[in-house]
Amino acid sequence: MQQKKTAVRFDGVARHFGEVRAVDDVSFEIGDGEFFSMLGPSGSGKTTCLRLIAGFEQPDAGHIAVHGVNVEGVPPYERDVNTVFQDYALFPHMTVSENVEYGLMIRKVAPAERRRRSREMLALVKLEAMGERKPNQLSGGQRQRVALARALINRPGVLLLDEPLGALDLKLREQMQEELKSLQRQVGITFVYVTHDQNEALAMSDRLAVFNHGRIEQIGAPAEIYEHPATAFVAGFVGVSNICEGGLAQRLSGNAQPFAIRPEKITMTAANEPVPEGWLSVTGQVRAVTYHGATTRYAVALDDGGELAVMRQNDSGGRPAAAAGESVRLAWPRALNQLLGGAA
Amino acid sequence: MTLAAVRGPLVHRMSSALYLHPRLFLLLLLAPPLLWLGIIYLGSLLALLLQSFFYIDDFSGNIIREFSMATYGQLFTMANADVFIRTATMAAAVTIAAALIAFPVAYYMVRHASMRMKAVLYLAVMLPLWSSYLVRVYAWKLILAKEGIVTWFAQQLHLTWLLDAVLSIPVIGGPSLSTSYIGSFLVFLYIWLPFMILPIVAALERVPSSLTEASADLGATPRETFRKVILPLAFPGVVAGSIFTFSLTLGDYIIPGIIGNSRPFIGQAVYQLQGTAGNIPLAAAFTVVPVAIMAIYLLVARRYGAFDAL
Amino acid sequence: MGPSMRSEGGRAGGKAGLPLKLAAAAGVLFLHVPLFFIILYAFSTDDKSFVFPLPGLTTRWFAVAWEREDIRAALSLSLQVATISTLLAMILGTLAAAAVWRSRFFGREAISLLLILPIALPGIITGISLRSAFNLAGIPFSFWTIVIGHATFCIVVVYNNVLARFRRSSPALIEASMDLGANGFQTFRYVVLPGIATALLAGGMLAFALSFDEVIVTTFTAGQQTTLPIWMLSELVRPRQRPVTNVVAVFVIAVTFIPILLAFYLTRDTHEVAGSGK
Repeated sequence: MQQKKTAVRFDGVARHFGEVRAVDDVSFEIGDGEFFSMLGPSGSGKTTCLRLIAGFEQPDAGHIAVHGVNVEGVPPYERDVNTVFQDYALFPHMTVSENVEYGLMIRKVAPAERRRRSREMLALVKLEAMGERKPNQLSGGQRQRVALARALINRPGVLLLDEPLGALDLKLREQMQEELKSLQRQVGITFVYVTHDQNEALAMSDRLAVFNHGRIEQIGAPAEIYEHPATAFVAGFVGVSNICEGGLAQRLSGNAQPFAIRPEKITMTAANEPVPEGWLSVTGQVRAVTYHGATTRYAVALDDGGELAVMRQNDSGGRPAAAAGESVRLAWPRALNQLLGGAA
Repeated sequence: MTLAAVRGPLVHRMSSALYLHPRLFLLLLLAPPLLWLGIIYLGSLLALLLQSFFYIDDFSGNIIREFSMATYGQLFTMANADVFIRTATMAAAVTIAAALIAFPVAYYMVRHASMRMKAVLYLAVMLPLWSSYLVRVYAWKLILAKEGIVTWFAQQLHLTWLLDAVLSIPVIGGPSLSTSYIGSFLVFLYIWLPFMILPIVAALERVPSSLTEASADLGATPRETFRKVILPLAFPGVVAGSIFTFSLTLGDYIIPGIIGNSRPFIGQAVYQLQGTAGNIPLAAAFTVVPVAIMAIYLLVARRYGAFDAL
Repeated sequence: MGPSMRSEGGRAGGKAGLPLKLAAAAGVLFLHVPLFFIILYAFSTDDKSFVFPLPGLTTRWFAVAWEREDIRAALSLSLQVATISTLLAMILGTLAAAAVWRSRFFGREAISLLLILPIALPGIITGISLRSAFNLAGIPFSFWTIVIGHATFCIVVVYNNVLARFRRSSPALIEASMDLGANGFQTFRYVVLPGIATALLAGGMLAFALSFDEVIVTTFTAGQQTTLPIWMLSELVRPRQRPVTNVVAVFVIAVTFIPILLAFYLTRDTHEVAGSGK
């Protein structure tokens, strides 16, 4: 289709496990050098797709191509793909260096050359001094880096990462997200990243695909997905959203087309404040106020039924903008409505 | 450097074939052990069972290979019933005694021993289990010998009268310890004891201490906690151990041959029948009895959860 | 069947009552004191009876035992049988363990039952079955018939140990190895085998001890051959030089003691020892 090289291509791929359709007619392309994320809840098919690329599963239907080469029926050890596993899967009986050099050792690279490259790799992931340690002597974050080095040293065409940051605590995870992103830019390899954490996906990816029940609901750049979700699922899963359908939609926007409005896009004022031209508005009572440090969330029960969530930044001394029980007016520009395809 | 070049060698292609056909791989893995066990072991068991339906011609002493229930008819005579009762009674006695001795050992090991002590005790129980059966039987032969250690101890402690009294108990007594049922009983008990200890240990370990703490918290005395919480939960372990003690006693022919009076147990009867008598059909029929007993025992044991405690 | 060294259940901690301690100690002593007497009697000067106390102490029986041809031959045969049976059991047991671990297939439990039967059924049944099967098939009794019998009941010992180790390992390791370019055989050599090595070895040691000591099945599957246990059995029934028998017994205790200890240490850290009982 395009002139740009395609790193991975799925064409009508399906994979069943008995009755369950883990991957159900999925097609997409990943461009060369992209950081591509596959996002979705457990059981949505994203991990299965990753394993299909790696070769640990074979598709029941459709075609998969890696850099133009069809890979159905090709075992993992013959694919130009490497994986960073969720639990790192470091070989416990080998040292860190031996782990990192494993791929080269299998391909019969000379020991001196292996050692040189593994030292290079360990420096890249900032673990120079750890070469002689065993995996059980490392922390979770360190193991993860060894797994990364072990995969990257083979200079694969595509690197697959299966929820690699899941076991780390929040601060470490955020730090690793930045490091991974910059690493990817540095080595220029296509990264395919699986996660259920939408913040992570939004922060790191060039493009991402949202999976649900074995199908892709939407593919696009992070901002695109967030600002213009295609379905109610995407709107609800990626970020928090108010989904307005049926009667509520009719009342709020004047027609029955379902839409989503992000809580941070809604302004909250006193009930009698005027509303700017072209804005939608509704009144209600604050039911609950939850403090989240940087932001505060308000659950507002609307006067004519239904509820909307509103989120405001705490940029003025930590006092909430409204207290529970207060009557307020909610308003937002009509243009910010995210129209959802068909019935949600 | 791409991997595409690494395709050629046969080994590689064989590996791929196996990888892409997991069922073929499974078959290859299972075939050798299954064939071995199926043909060699199951095959011989079936052959033996088959033989129990043949019979011996009284005149020529040859085995007639025709289907008949004659041999089973011979099996269920008074003389043979004696053998079964004798063996089963001994098995039951050994089992009960083993449970009584094993339980305190297991209990101490699990609930009161330090880590180190526990490892030591575990090793102490394991070693006799795996070390020579014959040596252990032999040890008792010399301990129980008429001129041996037990007699000497009795003399030193002026308890000879006690020893004689025990030996003169009808049925289970005898001229000396090593030629009496009491002697056989002691040896059986000694040899199978570790088989009873280990499953009880495993079962007791599965009783979380939170349960006993809860029991105490709800007002039960230690004795009540033991009776109502620990014992029922450890019981499957006792049953599991009893499977071994019972089954092993049923089939053993060496111990009663070395230590005991000359009245035969099932194992000895089988041994004699297939040996000099050459009466394989009857020997085979004899073995069916302990197998049948054990099959029933196993079914009952299963209901008591013994299989989870193994 | 083996306790974990760090069990969640059980420990009440604190002091045990004296009766309990005594009962436990008595039980353990009951297990070991007889062996002590065997060792003691190996030094007795009396070779005609088991009289106690011992009339005198001597070490000459050790030399006598070493000189005896029949003992040396029996020992050599036992060692050879044990070695080969163990090797066979290690291969077959590992294959079976790998199959049972990797896949969920129909009849999985049946396999475990089948493997344990040779050890669960009384030895005399296994012995007679094999004997009459060899008779029917016209196979003469020899070294190899002994080995066949031994390997059959040793399989389960190796199987239990290796399976327990497999169950504690992560399938992701195999995937990782393949992902990095190793085919099935290379993966086995570099990743799987090192992983199960100690369990395999422990199972092998136990199988060795089991085979070395076995007498019932051996009696039925041997022709004219005499293994050490068979020798000992005939001595038990018709004793010649009693202290010599004791010397051999001491030797056997030592020889089986060592593999068991080794097996224990090899699997101690990983919380499974010795599979199921004999």
